[in-house]
Amino acid sequence: MNVALKSIIEQRDFVVSSSSLKEVRSFSREVFEKVNIDQDLKDELVLAIAEAAQNIVKHAYQGEDTEDKMEIKISLEQGHLEIGFFDKGRPVDEKNVRHRKIDDIKPGGLGTFFIQQIMDAVVFKEGEKPWINHLVLTKNLNS
Amino acid sequence: MSYKVIEEGNVATVHLDGEIDMDVTEKAKEIIMPLIEAKKEVHLNLKEVQYMDSSGISVLIESHQKATELGTKVILKEISKSVLKVIMMAKLEQILNLD
Repeated sequence: MNVALKSIIEQRDFVVSSSSLKEVRSFSREVFEKVNIDQDLKDELVLAIAEAAQNIVKHAYQGEDTEDKMEIKISLEQGHLEIGFFDKGRPVDEKNVRHRKIDDIKPGGLGTFFIQQIMDAVVFKEGEKPWINHLVLTKNLNS
Repeated sequence: MSYKVIEEGNVATVHLDGEIDMDVTEKAKEIIMPLIEAKKEVHLNLKEVQYMDSSGISVLIESHQKATELGTKVILKEISKSVLKVIMMAKLEQILNLD
């Protein structure tokens, strides 16, 4: 896409709960409404963000009730999209983060596959205090 | 998510409406699974489902597999564009029964 994309930095906190996923999607949609990209791509990015947030609820917190919050930060600079996820759950070991084999048909294990399909890169970092985990998803929207 | 179930003979049509994510998958299973266990042919009408994530896809897989195990089937009807896209991303269009 050759249209110049505006710069955006927006972040929001959400309670770590499956009931927050709707708000996560609303926030993501609001942000991408301001960006001149195809609706299909917007929908894919919202899905990737919601799947990553879901992974925090399911894996970093293993579905436990908590009052902890996770932070999602969406940055766009010169067509480079970076989405950061910060949480205080259990430390994520990148070696254990993998999707199931796609031809092994069974429920579960697809969220990470979707994220990898949609984004250019998925990087796990150690979170800086007070965060434990920092996940970074990136995608070049210029191509 | 809201839903409506219409039963006619051995066919139960479940009309799902809204967004299907991790927060509503248990509810979706509570609606669909008893129909499969009663060996109904289940038609899932997805016309009004605007969003489905991997959790929703898991419900479709689980329903399909349970139905196959019990000798019946789940058929996906009037699949919305956004749901079809996710089904295809999961490479399930040849596995699930799409109508």
